[in-house]
Amino acid sequence: MSNYLKLIVYGLIALFAMMAANYARDLAYQVHAIIVMLVAGGLFLWTLRHTDEPVTAGPDLSRSYMDGVVRAGVIATAFWGVVGFLAGVFIAFQLAFPGLNFDWSEGYANFGRLRPLHTSAVIFAFGGNALIATSFYVVQRTSAARLWGGNAAWFVFWGYQLFIVLAATGYLLGATQSREYAEPEWYADWWLTIVWVVYLAVFLGTIIKRKEPHIYVANWFYLSFIVTVAMLHVFNNLSVPVSIWGSKSVSAFAGVQDAMTQWWYGHNAVGFFLTAGFLGMMYYFIPKQAERPVFSYKLSIIHFWALIFIYIWAGPHHLHYTALPDWASTLGMVFSVVLWMPSWGGMINGLMTLSGAWDKLRTDPVIRMMVISVGFYGMSTFEGPMMSIKAVNSLSHYTDWTIGHVHSGALGWNGMITFGALYFLVPRLWNRERLYSLSLVSWHFWLATIGIVLYAASMWVTGIMEGLMWREVDANGFLVNSFADTVAAKFPMYVVRALGGVLYLAGAIIMCYNLWMTVRRSPAKEAAGAPAAIPAE
Amino acid sequence: MEEYTFLRTLADSWGLLAMFLFFLGVVVWVFLPSRRKAHEESKTIPFRHEDAPAPDDEEDETRQRKEARR
Repeated sequence: MSNYLKLIVYGLIALFAMMAANYARDLAYQVHAIIVMLVAGGLFLWTLRHTDEPVTAGPDLSRSYMDGVVRAGVIATAFWGVVGFLAGVFIAFQLAFPGLNFDWSEGYANFGRLRPLHTSAVIFAFGGNALIATSFYVVQRTSAARLWGGNAAWFVFWGYQLFIVLAATGYLLGATQSREYAEPEWYADWWLTIVWVVYLAVFLGTIIKRKEPHIYVANWFYLSFIVTVAMLHVFNNLSVPVSIWGSKSVSAFAGVQDAMTQWWYGHNAVGFFLTAGFLGMMYYFIPKQAERPVFSYKLSIIHFWALIFIYIWAGPHHLHYTALPDWASTLGMVFSVVLWMPSWGGMINGLMTLSGAWDKLRTDPVIRMMVISVGFYGMSTFEGPMMSIKAVNSLSHYTDWTIGHVHSGALGWNGMITFGALYFLVPRLWNRERLYSLSLVSWHFWLATIGIVLYAASMWVTGIMEGLMWREVDANGFLVNSFADTVAAKFPMYVVRALGGVLYLAGAIIMCYNLWMTVRRSPAKEAAGAPAAIPAE
Repeated sequence: MEEYTFLRTLADSWGLLAMFLFFLGVVVWVFLPSRRKAHEESKTIPFRHEDAPAPDDEEDETRQRKEARR
């Protein structure tokens, strides 16, 4: 019965998409309509083939975890990671060697089109898939319950991939509402809202039917990430489509309100997507890999409340010395500085989890990866508040220092903790005894670390240099340097940065090989689990 | 009073106070001695159900926990 309903819905969507492709006012919209048409049509055929087939009762699934969707998420994370890093390396070389903006690809693959592709690919495709996959894994283990909602989890996974494809192709074809980290146009936003609400339902449903009396702290962080991102996404994307047959939309806000909404979203995307969600990972995977509980559970609860209370106010520090009222930017600055404390509380909690097991740092490259990620978390959450101070910001804003800061956080904290989680997950999800090669993990660790160091160091130098060059005046009060002078002076640092990116990308490719070989070659775990040993009663 | 001014004064007076008090309440709640046992129990949640969900009946559950503790 439900299959008939599905067939009607898929058929209607495919029909509407065909009309949309026909009436489309711009190329991006047309391509997206065709993608939607193909997906809906494919689902229609697939459902049709499975309709009115005899239903066979499968095994009782309530006694096992739903890991298929986590496996898919792990594969997607590794894949999008490499795609995103590759895009990043390419645009880094484009900045150093502008000739790489080829004439034939002008308007599709020039720096301006590829940059949002890179940021969205690494944040939302790589980071987002990592968050969805690990949250599904962690919430099941810490609730001692199978995921709620059956195939809804698969809808979340595939729906999210469709959003990524719509976003990525849209950027290349010029469909963008030009809001940082929220470039996709209105229909992609609407789709993501639907997917996200189902994600919340699956996660919350699992927590509600949990068998443990308490909700483990990692789930608090994951839940705050899901809820807050839903709120941020909806408000930041309030806009009116110009036409239902076109991708262009107009924001509901104007002027400085629009800018503030954008950076309220933008900074909390950092705070709740890249921080709260990944702290959820930290609070599960570090204790698991270290084989000891978190250092202080009390501290973790205070960490949670302090972080979410303070982060939400820090956005205005992106708008120092603009049309934003002075009190608002001061408020953003103060809260950013206060934010230092919960951030470091969390860092200490993560690091001290290893107390008494520091020897593991020498023997286990996976835990080394997780620890350095927490170290980078501490570093970038010190650097960030410092840069939000108005006097520092007047030097650092609009320079490459900002880009360096973002990357020490994203490559160091988000990237490394995700790699650690992947190394933890793959042997367990594919039932392997161990990873294929620990020395390859070490290689990955050092390539990534040296890559980040090259990246951050070159961006500090070039950022501070260009900030100083911009404000340099001669004895008569005239500016000494033109903008082109700073661009020329930055060339060597741009090359170093791109090479750092190459090292980081190489590490990620080594990881993919290692994980692939783990699944293919590593010996399977003996099926000596507890369930088989339970005697018949 | 203008709506903007009203909201702005509300935010930096009563709003701020309410949130700060809530946060202080959380801190007190965390350090209540009666919560200690709950913290100790929550701490070890990740180490209990690695391979399969908890069974439905209670007896099974306590047995499994004992095994996990060993």
